[in-house]
Amino acid sequence: MEKIFARLSQVSASLVFVVLVSTLVTLYISAKPAIEEFGAKFLIDARWGVDVPIEPPSSDHKPAQQASQSSVSNAHLDNGTNAGDEDDGINVGDDDDGINVGGDGVVSNAPHKEVFGGAVAIVGTVFSTIIALLFAVPLAMGIAIFLSEIAAPAISKPVGIAIELLAAIPSIIYGMWGLFYFGPFIASIFGGHSVSLLVAGLVLGVMVIPFMAALSRDAINTTPDVLKEAAYAVGATKFEVIKDVVFPYAKAGIIGSIIISLGRALGETMAVAFVIGGVFEFAKSVTDPTNSIPVVLANNFSESSGLSLASLFYLSLILFVVSFIVIFTAKHYFLRRGK
Amino acid sequence: MKDIANIMEIQDFSFTYPKAENPSLKNINLPIKENHITALIGPSGCGKSTLLRAMNRIHDLYPGCHYEGAIKLKNQDGSIGNILDIKKENDFIALRQRVGMIFQKPTPFPMTIYENIAYGLRIAGIKNKNDLEEIIVKSLQDAALWNEVKDRLHQDARGLSGGQQQRLCITRVVALKPDLMLFDEPTSALDPISTLAIEEMILGLKEKYSIAIVTHNMQQASRISDYTAFMYLGDLVEFNDTDVMFTNPKEQQTNNYITGKFG
Ligand SMILES: Nc1ncnc2c1ncn2[C@@H]1O[C@H](COP(=O)(O)OP(=O)(O)OP(=O)(O)O)[C@@H](O)[C@H]1O
Ligand SMILES: [Mg+2]
Repeated sequence: MEKIFARLSQVSASLVFVVLVSTLVTLYISAKPAIEEFGAKFLIDARWGVDVPIEPPSSDHKPAQQASQSSVSNAHLDNGTNAGDEDDGINVGDDDDGINVGGDGVVSNAPHKEVFGGAVAIVGTVFSTIIALLFAVPLAMGIAIFLSEIAAPAISKPVGIAIELLAAIPSIIYGMWGLFYFGPFIASIFGGHSVSLLVAGLVLGVMVIPFMAALSRDAINTTPDVLKEAAYAVGATKFEVIKDVVFPYAKAGIIGSIIISLGRALGETMAVAFVIGGVFEFAKSVTDPTNSIPVVLANNFSESSGLSLASLFYLSLILFVVSFIVIFTAKHYFLRRGK
Repeated sequence: MKDIANIMEIQDFSFTYPKAENPSLKNINLPIKENHITALIGPSGCGKSTLLRAMNRIHDLYPGCHYEGAIKLKNQDGSIGNILDIKKENDFIALRQRVGMIFQKPTPFPMTIYENIAYGLRIAGIKNKNDLEEIIVKSLQDAALWNEVKDRLHQDARGLSGGQQQRLCITRVVALKPDLMLFDEPTSALDPISTLAIEEMILGLKEKYSIAIVTHNMQQASRISDYTAFMYLGDLVEFNDTDVMFTNPKEQQTNNYITGKFG
């Protein structure tokens, strides 16, 4: 019995590694054609599904970055998916056909090939996540401290339950809310488009706040009363006790809550798909629409094959690695410093 | 009993916890003598901690406590104030700096050993780095802790042993030069050797400080205290010289408790 139990737990533990490694391997194999075709340039190439002549006269060819931007916007105009359209809020399904299938607008007799690059999606993912955290961390900390240290139980209990309910809302609902109400509201304040990098970041922020707040509150609640009393007993004020005793004591748990939220924000698909715009263009300001890795994946898988499919796998491999690195370093760096 | 000045005088004091129906302390009258050690003894639940925690009003961190009577504290200029009149946060801070408290479990703050002592000092307005350094080193030397921690002043205090942590917590309070120090079973979580070290430390402190200590340990009370108060079910049964208390108590109840017939 003892042995069976030990064996079983060993098996379940090794399952984790099997899943991890096999995911990585399958992603790599599926992405291989794109990796061989585009190499590391994929990371800085902003073009997606753009036809280019195979042997361009070198004099015409501008450096990659600029060339790609202009050709992408041309492709959009051709297909009628410029930013103006997205404001109506019917972007999600629409742009895919326009942008990625790629060939129909750009007609050319010369031999040509499709080029894919992940730069727009990568940058969009990184920046929407940064915006989300900048917005969510201070608010979530405020909520957590209010619930655990300031509010009377009669208030903190119902508010705590409300926060847990918020955390349970499926992300697609946040997406719809963001698209129809929050996005236009933000646009009316900051100007720009009602689907944009900013709206995506803020919706992501709103989504992760409940997680972050609930987990941080739990971490803060582990601070022993007697430790706080000891700080009051040397004359500290409530603010000082929170800042100097409660926070440092709960640091590991608070950072953990931020890391979990970070992971969630990096990989969030549905909510962002509704509000980021889904266009393969860099956002020149935060109020412009752009794209993110999970959104590109979700929007394009159904119509992709061959090289475009491999490119999607390449993107997902990048997301996998980025999430892994971010979470690993955050955990390693902060938790070690926290000790 | 000799005539010695009181640092604190508890008068007709009753205390009721928030939402509790009956008072946990009833009509307590107790002096705390200057530069002496007063022990509070009694069976579990009799209200020793409750009384001690009223003396710096740490109870007030949790709203809804009800006090009656007076707790008079002698100020440095000789005037006397009732700490139950305190209402403003600044006055609470001043009170707690004057009436320090050490808890049952060591409570090192989540910071370095140095910062643990510097923390209260900074709050008390000592910000100059050299002054801080001087006070911290001096306090650690006085606490006989210096040799053990001098190489690790800037490491997390939670890395110390339990006994060292408790001595650090005492040092932290002593550095503030309080008028009165309150100890709530400071050695009950420690091994016998650490316990002795702390008893010695407390004995050394009474030259300069007034001390009230709650203890479950009769030997400890008789070893270190000058006066003893015996409490039972929220009443103060007897207050006496420790020598008298442990040899010839006035009350039968005290005698029963001390000789281990109950409690
Ligand atoms: N927060 C509280 N709310 C309500 N009643 C309390 C609270 N804390 C303590 N009491 C009650 O007050 C009485 C005195 O408790 P107190 O902690 O002062 O006892 P004690 O003498 O210190 O006991 P021990 O030796 O076990 O520490 C007990 O009956 C206890 O149940
Ligand atoms: Mg007690």
